[in-house]
Amino acid sequence: MNAQHIIGQMAPDFLLSVEALTVSFDGFKAVDDLSLYVDKNEIRVIIGPNGAGKTTVLDLICGRTKATEGSIKFKGTELTRLSENQIVLAGIGRKFQTPSIYEDLTVFENLEISFPRGRSVFGALTFRRDREVIDRIEEIAEMIFLKDDLEKRGEYLSHGQKQWLEIGMLLIQDPELLMLDEPVAGMSVSERKRTAELLHKIIKGRSVLVIEHDMKFVEDIAHRVTVLHQGKVLSEGSMERVKNDPKVVEVYLGH
Amino acid sequence: MDRLLFLKRSEAVGLLVLITLLVVVLPLSLDIFRLNLVGKYLTYSFVAIGLVLCWGFGGILSLGQGIFFGLGGYCMAMFLKLEASSVENTKIQSTPGIPDFMDWNQITSLPWFWVPFKSFPFTLAAIVIVPAVLCFILGTAMFRRRVGGVYFAIITQTVAAILTILIVGQQGFTGGINGITDLRTLHGWDIRTDHAKYILYFVNVAALIACLLFGYTVRHSKLGRILVAMRDKEDRVRFSGYSVAGFKTFIFCLAAVLAAIGGAMFTLQVGFMSPSFVGIVPSIEMVIYTAVGGRLSLLGAVYGTLLVNAAKTAFSESFPQLWLFGLGGLFIAVVLAFPNGLAGIYDSYVAPHIAGLFKRGRAPKPGSGVPQSTPAE
Repeated sequence: MNAQHIIGQMAPDFLLSVEALTVSFDGFKAVDDLSLYVDKNEIRVIIGPNGAGKTTVLDLICGRTKATEGSIKFKGTELTRLSENQIVLAGIGRKFQTPSIYEDLTVFENLEISFPRGRSVFGALTFRRDREVIDRIEEIAEMIFLKDDLEKRGEYLSHGQKQWLEIGMLLIQDPELLMLDEPVAGMSVSERKRTAELLHKIIKGRSVLVIEHDMKFVEDIAHRVTVLHQGKVLSEGSMERVKNDPKVVEVYLGH
Repeated sequence: MDRLLFLKRSEAVGLLVLITLLVVVLPLSLDIFRLNLVGKYLTYSFVAIGLVLCWGFGGILSLGQGIFFGLGGYCMAMFLKLEASSVENTKIQSTPGIPDFMDWNQITSLPWFWVPFKSFPFTLAAIVIVPAVLCFILGTAMFRRRVGGVYFAIITQTVAAILTILIVGQQGFTGGINGITDLRTLHGWDIRTDHAKYILYFVNVAALIACLLFGYTVRHSKLGRILVAMRDKEDRVRFSGYSVAGFKTFIFCLAAVLAAIGGAMFTLQVGFMSPSFVGIVPSIEMVIYTAVGGRLSLLGAVYGTLLVNAAKTAFSESFPQLWLFGLGGLFIAVVLAFPNGLAGIYDSYVAPHIAGLFKRGRAPKPGSGVPQSTPAE
């Protein structure tokens, strides 16, 4: 009883713990012995120069790339052995760098597919578009500024709208950990402002892992910042601390 | 009212037109020989409907649908052959009671896998289950390893070639290159009479309509939208929590079962089954029917099959050597000029006029008739 209590204290309950994670592509270590811990309700931003392995880390967590070594635990479940869709069911959502939506489907249908029900073949065949689904889709559409475009096909949306739609698709999934890869890249100034506003709204009550280059944006939302360089953690802590770390200034912020 | 049950109004109208054509117009205007030919063509349209779901919506191009058409056809042919090979009918053979081709190949007892085909319920179940199981194995093996696109098409084509070689090579068990011929009765009912051909034609049409309705159910369910989504962005579907391999396997199996039902109907109406409907060439022809009809249209698939086959019969009666060039040219023309086939031509050139006719007849809706150029006050 006492021993258990001590162990409980020694391994605090991180939502996501990445330990000694390594992935090598033909000998090149894109991620090298990386450890990272994300708390519940924490907003963590990963920054770093190009090729630092930021996107690869997200790929590893969501199962798109298989780790060579190391472990990724989410709420105590080992993720490295699960398939992508099982990782989603465990409660992790991922937004890609380039907007990844279904161009041939309408905004409504895009959101409907992400609604967390009827994910088996039979479930999809018998799925009913009931009040609950419609209400939830309309609620999300309002949030992502696409309420008037529900019947528009994905391909006719602007770049910024596509980004919002993909964020909306994640929201309706309601993941406990949300991973966003450069959510404001390629957006106009006004779109960027609305996106920041949107992100502030949706990060409540969940943990978020964001990759971003826009420093002003990072400063605005981050609880803690991790700086990656050549697949390793260069520095970690509050934005204030990281900004003044001479190593970080040298490889990244100095330019 | 925009929807009739689960069909859009335009689809319900289209389906009614097709039913009228198949049930009223053709039987009244064609003699039984020609009607039987139409029935034969329609059995290919089962395959085309499956290809619309699998290839058009799901993006999975199978160049081996002949495999499943053949499996369905062979299952039915085995049952009919056993019935035609009763001891009285075959008493001149050295081993009476087995199919004639087995006797010619010095086989002296019925092979074990032929025995259950004495039962009609077993045969009906086998028509659906045999292709579904084969497809499930093929699909699971390939889709789990993320084999797709051209590689998938090549593998299905290889399987079609293998199956043909197997059937031809195992003459004693399968009837070889001649196939299973001389099928006469179904439960004692002679299927070769004109009367029987009429009845089989209508059974075939009924089965086709049932398959079309099921196709529409799939199309309009969330499953149908997931298929389109998968064709578009497979990764996104995976990261929305769906097992892409599972969905692909399902639609591939569904297309195979539809093809097998077509194959069984083919055997019943034509009276034989042979490896020439299994291999690579017929499999590719079936893809052409779908492409010509429009790979995104279930109804288009039926019309495409009918038209290409009617043209095939007409041309090959007068210019037998030129037909294959004609077919190839047709395929290239459709792919280059009309990627959505006949259905695409209908949608862009014919449907707007029809919609215009209906609109003119109705009173304009209040508020909708304001021209945009009206200047603001």
